[in-house]
Amino acid sequence: MTVNVDAIVIGGGIHGCSTTLHLCLAGLKPVLIEKDYAGRHASGVNAGGVRQLARHIPEIPLSIRSMGIWERISDLLDDDCSFESYGQVLVAENEEELAVCRARVAELNALGFTHEELIDATELRRLVPAVAETCPGGVVSRRDGAANPAQTTTAFRRKAEQLGATVREGLAAGNIRYSDGLWHVDVGPETFAAPVLVNAAGAWAGKIAADLGEPVPVETVAPMLMITSRVPHFIDPVVILRGRKLSFKQFKNGTVLIGGGHLARPYQDRNETVLNWKSLATSAQTVFELFPVMRSATIVRAWAGIEAKMKDDIPVFGPSSRHKGLYHQFGFSLHGFQLGPGAGAVMAELIVNGGSQTRISDLGIDRFYPTTLSPLRTS
Amino acid sequence: MSVAPRREDYDVVVIGAGPAGLAAAATAAEAGLATLLLDENAGPGGQVFRAIASTPVTDRKQLGEDYWVGADLVQSLRAGSTEVIHRATVWSLDRNLDIAVSIGGASAFIKARRVILATGALERPFPIPGWTLPGVMTAGAAQTMLKSSALVPDGRTVIAGQGPLLWLLAAQILRLGGRIDRILDTTERGNYFAALPHAFAFLTSPYFAKGLSMMREVKAKVQVVSGVTELAAAGDGQLASVSYVAGGKRETIAADLLLLHQGVVPNVNLAMSAGVEHRWDDLQLCWSPVLDASGTSSVAGIAIAGDGAGIGGANAAVVRGRIAARAAVEALAPASAAKLASMAALRSDLAKAERGRIFLDTLFRPAAQFRIPSGDTIVCRCEEVTAKDVLDSVAIGATGPNQLKAYRRTGMGPCQGRLCGLTITELMAQARGKTPQEIGYYRLRAPVKPITLAELAAVPKSEADVKAVVRG
Repeated sequence: MTVNVDAIVIGGGIHGCSTTLHLCLAGLKPVLIEKDYAGRHASGVNAGGVRQLARHIPEIPLSIRSMGIWERISDLLDDDCSFESYGQVLVAENEEELAVCRARVAELNALGFTHEELIDATELRRLVPAVAETCPGGVVSRRDGAANPAQTTTAFRRKAEQLGATVREGLAAGNIRYSDGLWHVDVGPETFAAPVLVNAAGAWAGKIAADLGEPVPVETVAPMLMITSRVPHFIDPVVILRGRKLSFKQFKNGTVLIGGGHLARPYQDRNETVLNWKSLATSAQTVFELFPVMRSATIVRAWAGIEAKMKDDIPVFGPSSRHKGLYHQFGFSLHGFQLGPGAGAVMAELIVNGGSQTRISDLGIDRFYPTTLSPLRTS
Repeated sequence: MSVAPRREDYDVVVIGAGPAGLAAAATAAEAGLATLLLDENAGPGGQVFRAIASTPVTDRKQLGEDYWVGADLVQSLRAGSTEVIHRATVWSLDRNLDIAVSIGGASAFIKARRVILATGALERPFPIPGWTLPGVMTAGAAQTMLKSSALVPDGRTVIAGQGPLLWLLAAQILRLGGRIDRILDTTERGNYFAALPHAFAFLTSPYFAKGLSMMREVKAKVQVVSGVTELAAAGDGQLASVSYVAGGKRETIAADLLLLHQGVVPNVNLAMSAGVEHRWDDLQLCWSPVLDASGTSSVAGIAIAGDGAGIGGANAAVVRGRIAARAAVEALAPASAAKLASMAALRSDLAKAERGRIFLDTLFRPAAQFRIPSGDTIVCRCEEVTAKDVLDSVAIGATGPNQLKAYRRTGMGPCQGRLCGLTITELMAQARGKTPQEIGYYRLRAPVKPITLAELAAVPKSEADVKAVVRG
């Protein structure tokens, strides 16, 4: 039996859930299809960084849009998502790195972006007292922070369902086809049909795009994270390093999350990852050197989430260049979590209004294919 | 003195030196395989033969003749070429058979062609009101103190629960001059009838006579209350009293120490973190690995022997260890298998050792009210989550143990679900009207036991490990 809906969203990550919710807010009846459960992969197990800091310039407008939603996330979701905003700090470990920071902030200022702010050693020490004495400064984005990723993704899903979305978990979207002006997708015994299809399938989205004639340069990666036992409170902002690969965050309960992008080996078909302890050890060594207070902490768990990374590290976001009614929202390349709320809002605007005030024109799949459709207005 | 493994690669790495591990390692080494036995304790024996090479208890009768069987296993291991490392905590094993082990504060990485997991059993959680109070401990913990240090309780002591270990511990405490004020037997009355059809096999098993005489020995000295249907510990920051209901009558007694035990379940953490498939066992009410007749798991190269393969007791563990080792020998050095006991002979030994098991499992199947708590009773000790908290989360959309983490952080503390996992699965299954198999279990991740950041930082790293990184 075919069920007619207004939109079909494939993928229950934060992006699919956020888009589904925003479609509901716009008065549509969408269906969300997730092969496992919402937040099972990268969206539920990432570092939870809510970061405008150090972003690629083409995605900064989307990031800023998203930040506005994060700051009122409780109003949107009836759930605080454990969002807290103590800023994110990029630490320069030497003068050379600080010079790069200075140039970056100047470049952003010239483009009219003011969220990144150059700081000297004194301000750095005020923000991150535990940081090594030798660091000469860095960059701060003061409105940034962190949230609990599983709680957030779950909250988006729950709110979308409350507002009338149909949610199908545990069954993969299959046999995706376009006929009679509608997209048709099979989910177990059911078939859904809608004029709109959103491909937000994360690490599985590249295949969906390719099957629909739009292959893109994307790979599946699994960035690793580890968390420590509780240690006395010593740091508020999220800290990332300019030179070495490390991100660092202490939670309210005292546990410390250590990330930075070291990769596990993904076994995508089995939903599994095999960790690389020797490269996690390099993260441990960096923390050991930078934060002596952490030396006796224990590592209680490490993990990795499966996600899509584009060759150019910029997401694929916007309408298809080939098919009417098809939209892509994937390839967030290890920095998609903060973008989730805003991307859902903008995607709903693209679908409902045919355009958005938020500039996303550099993120389209048409950077790989000249479009064969009449272009949408994306200002 | 801690020693790092001598090699980077082994034919067989056996993890755990209890009955299964001792037998498996000795068998593999006997066939000439390069064999490493890694064990977390200070000496061989595991739980059942704990401190077998070092116990201060010299009167063999006090710990029972079965205990000393361990000495023979240790002897045959030591006669062979197995490299044995104690105080070695394996904290990671993956499907490529890469093993990370912490020895004396330093971690080493080794690779195996075959891994035999002999990580044994854990005591089943016993989540009653007040079970987290100081003064409440598991019978297993009490037995550890008894075997390794000859320490026995001398305050007002109550033992509550059921199962063979409960009676064994009670007998051992009494023989060593310890004090027990009362034993509260929680075995469900209906279980005696359910177990009856399996009684014949049990009567002919070696456990029968021993079990009976042990229970008689204990009952002659201690007041035993049977048919206990409710149980709670109370006190202000410290155990003060135990209250219970038996035969519809409530009673409260003062106590300084409450020892709880309702059986053991496979210790699945390392196997699950390596990706080994497990299934819910409806009789033993726990997760057991999916294994073939030789103990081989769903992950190529990983076999599981002993109680970690499903509770079977020490005698069965020894035989399962030999079977798993023989299978490894058949795969890696077929010509050497001839000198070992034949598979047919081993399987017949196993059938004998497992005789009576169904009777025990049926008789000592813990009652629902002692497995599935309600209200304010703590379920997850690490994060102090109550049964009501879990049910509230289910009501707003948590569908399984992994989803529940997003609501309550259950299973995310240092114990990685060892103390709450079964309770969470059964509690959510009951609340959602699903089977435990459908509800599932936590996804477990390394480190299976915590390691210090300093230790991880000190791991030797290659250039390739440092490169190939992207910003997250």
